[in-house]
Amino acid sequence: MNKIPNRKVICDVLIEKAKDDKDIVVLCSDSRGSASLTAFFDTYPEQSVEVGIAEQDLVGISAGLAKAGKKPFAASPASFLSTRSFEQCKVDVAYSNTNVKLIGISGGISYGALGMSHHSCQDIAGMSAIPNMRVYLPSDRFQTRKLIEALLQDEKPAYIRTGRNPVEDIYSEECCPFEMDKATVLREGTDVLIVATGEMVRPAYDAALLLEKEGISATVLDMYCVKPLDKDAVIKYAEQAKAVITVEEHSPFGGLGSMVSQVVGEYCPRKVKNIALPDSHVITGTSKEVFKYYGMDGEGIAKTAKEVLK
Amino acid sequence: MDKALKALSYDYRMDTVNMIMSGGGGHIGGDMSEMEILMQLYLKEMNISPENQDDPNRDYFILSKGHAVESFYTILAHKGFYSLEEATAKFSKFGSEFIGHPNNVIPGVEMNSGSLGHGLPVAVGLAIAAKMDKRPSRVYVLMGDGELAEGSVWEGAMSGHNYNLDNLCAIVDRNHLQISGNTEDVMKQDDQAERWKAFGWHVVKADGNDFDSLEAAFAEARAHKGDPTVIIADTIKGKGSPVMENKAGWHHHLPTQEEYEQIMKDLEAGKEAALNE
Repeated sequence: MNKIPNRKVICDVLIEKAKDDKDIVVLCSDSRGSASLTAFFDTYPEQSVEVGIAEQDLVGISAGLAKAGKKPFAASPASFLSTRSFEQCKVDVAYSNTNVKLIGISGGISYGALGMSHHSCQDIAGMSAIPNMRVYLPSDRFQTRKLIEALLQDEKPAYIRTGRNPVEDIYSEECCPFEMDKATVLREGTDVLIVATGEMVRPAYDAALLLEKEGISATVLDMYCVKPLDKDAVIKYAEQAKAVITVEEHSPFGGLGSMVSQVVGEYCPRKVKNIALPDSHVITGTSKEVFKYYGMDGEGIAKTAKEVLK
Repeated sequence: MDKALKALSYDYRMDTVNMIMSGGGGHIGGDMSEMEILMQLYLKEMNISPENQDDPNRDYFILSKGHAVESFYTILAHKGFYSLEEATAKFSKFGSEFIGHPNNVIPGVEMNSGSLGHGLPVAVGLAIAAKMDKRPSRVYVLMGDGELAEGSVWEGAMSGHNYNLDNLCAIVDRNHLQISGNTEDVMKQDDQAERWKAFGWHVVKADGNDFDSLEAAFAEARAHKGDPTVIIADTIKGKGSPVMENKAGWHHHLPTQEEYEQIMKDLEAGKEAALNE
């Protein structure tokens, strides 16, 4: 089992790139430890900005830095970044079109027993509804690296959500196909299409393996790019399947499920089942326990797929 | 005192009122109170022009009280960023980029604003970047006094002090009125200067409708090292005509034809008086 969380990879990439790019600036809101960015602050203190526990300030300052030509990465727990400073993300970043990369760490229910104040199950919906904001949820450490490297090449706003804990590898050093804003096809099948994002990609893949044993073939799309959604991939693989399942660590409203449903409904109507967290208090537990409880692990997703195909 | 500059402030006020009439609305009270502050910045203090608008060494200005945009558009037009006729004709019209808050697709406008309390943190970021790159840029941000109730202002104030941003100068348009009435009735500011001092800022008080007073205040801000400076600029909301001066109802009142004619008469008279002082 991999022991490196995706957030740590972000730090590694930024440390590597900041050596030759003095415009890279990392900002934290007393969150450098949680974000695994302490090493960046230690290595490049002159390219680091601490703002204290002040998320609105974090995003506003980042926008100012970007306006002056810097490449700021603002890292803070996704729960606070996406709601406390939502208006700064909307006005100072997206609307003013500043090159700020917003890194939401410990996203979804990563903080487990710490409760709803620390969960971010609205961030995909909120951020996606902002014009000129892109939303990415990388699935494993190898894809996280590719994504951050790609984002360093552009000058547009983006929100990136990662979880707190290490996740099982999907890709490898040698094999991590990645094209910006294009979903990665993990498997191709003709019975069901499973579209997943972030930490839900691995269980979606596990579900496909379980389904295969029962003679059900599934396509699995790693939709790390929730916005802009890879519409073409959804249509292509939905058309060759009987039903579509979406899986996300998010509220059932306004996230990946809603967006995929819009596309399928418009271009290739067929049954769509959205697997997500409930629109209620989330049961206390570790991510693994919670995902299992809500049928968001490999077995649960496979079970739902079979029901949908009945 | 510069008579011509003072007279010009009345011309600019007339241009601003005409823009508001053309667009069918605007924030006239705050436009009038901030006029000398903007003029002093754009005509005297700041290193900014259409020629150097992309130069990283330029000075930066953020209109955090973004609703008072019509006087800002007027001044940018007179600086040569676009034509006044174009801005006036297009203001608030269908499909126009000249909307009722700063819009940075328009030349000369650095950042979009409108929701209050955003400007100071952004200005802090601009000032930190200038320090990082050892650029001579100075950063100015204009806030309204009612705006200071936003908590994000004080987050920005904390960080401006923390990073010793002596290249940052905030100005408060202290006209004592906000949309619901007197600022002290809506939410007390007590001694505002003490608040800024407590946050580690160098505080300068000025008459915000007097060019000499503003010139001295900006010179002091420039000379002060080690801390950011805030200029608390006392102004008169609706300055220029008794029809609208010190009246909260004129925050965004659209003049009637009769009021418009009286305001223009008063502004003409103000201009004459300035020239004959």
